[in-house]
Amino acid sequence: MSDHTLDKLPGGFKGMAADMGSDQTAFKGVQWGKVMMWIFLLSDTFIFSCFLISYMKGRASTVVDWPNPSEVFALHVGGVQVPLLLIAIMTFVLITSSGTMALAVKYGYERNRKMCGWLILATAIGGLTFVGMQAFEWSKLIHEGVRPWENPFGAKQFGSFFFMITGFHGTHVSIGVIFLFIFARKTLRGDFDTGKRGFYTTMKSDYVAIEILGLYWHFVDLVWVFIFAFFYLW
Amino acid sequence: MDKTQNKEQVTTHKIGIYLWIWGLLFVLSFFSYMVDWFAFQGLLRWTLILTFMFLKAGLIMAFFMHLFWERYALVNVLLWPMTAIACFIGLMAAEGKYTVFTRLLYFFTGGG
Repeated sequence: MSDHTLDKLPGGFKGMAADMGSDQTAFKGVQWGKVMMWIFLLSDTFIFSCFLISYMKGRASTVVDWPNPSEVFALHVGGVQVPLLLIAIMTFVLITSSGTMALAVKYGYERNRKMCGWLILATAIGGLTFVGMQAFEWSKLIHEGVRPWENPFGAKQFGSFFFMITGFHGTHVSIGVIFLFIFARKTLRGDFDTGKRGFYTTMKSDYVAIEILGLYWHFVDLVWVFIFAFFYLW
Repeated sequence: MDKTQNKEQVTTHKIGIYLWIWGLLFVLSFFSYMVDWFAFQGLLRWTLILTFMFLKAGLIMAFFMHLFWERYALVNVLLWPMTAIACFIGLMAAEGKYTVFTRLLYFFTGGG
């Protein structure tokens, strides 16, 4: 975030060259934990990219027709077949939780303990809803006979890519939900105001932790944007 | 970082920015769902999907993840590796075309 000493440094690419060539700290004004989260997210980007690229290659190279996701993921509502309904709701739920997280980070830096805590809790509940709907979607498809090695709709590779990609993303959401609940409790308890030392670390708690948690949560939403586009809509 | 410095660190972003981005993300998601709803096909479908996808991803990264306000040292370290992914996509797209070509050749014509 903004720091008075940072404003005096050169900006843009000139600033980048100066930062990289400077003593001790390349990422000026960025807490080390935040840099580490970004590096982790970068590596995670490569993992998800590998999944999506292998999906692209698999789908492009099969000689059998790919199942139509619009029909496979359709829901019957009142006798009408609504395409991709559940997936659309899941997308909106995840974006909602991303928004509450962004606001939680903002209120955290403003030292508004209650707003921050409750918004993190809202984010966690949104994430939990998302995982619940994904579990429903998985059980529905499994019930219809979709397996990693076969499915009744078309190309056999469909199942393995579906379970692998959405499963890995769902795992990320689940881990995020667990951490959101832990941090909601820590925030509401006032750990970040009193600087209470954490369970695993001797360092004092700080609201920057909320931003780091937020980065992870937004990344989960970001990955879903790509999965939604490439797996469900394409 | 000493404690006094931490206390000075107050976000300068107004709530309106977040609400605007939030609203835009909803609208863009709605549009991308509409692409499927109206069952657009072919080049139009792919262009629309990619446009909405990149707009959403950009908004999330720039504003929700604060990259717009970060110094270039961090931004460039994070974004340049994406070119490697772009290269990988290009390579595997070509590879996929070749695989389907050889499959069609050998599965259906026996290589003749």
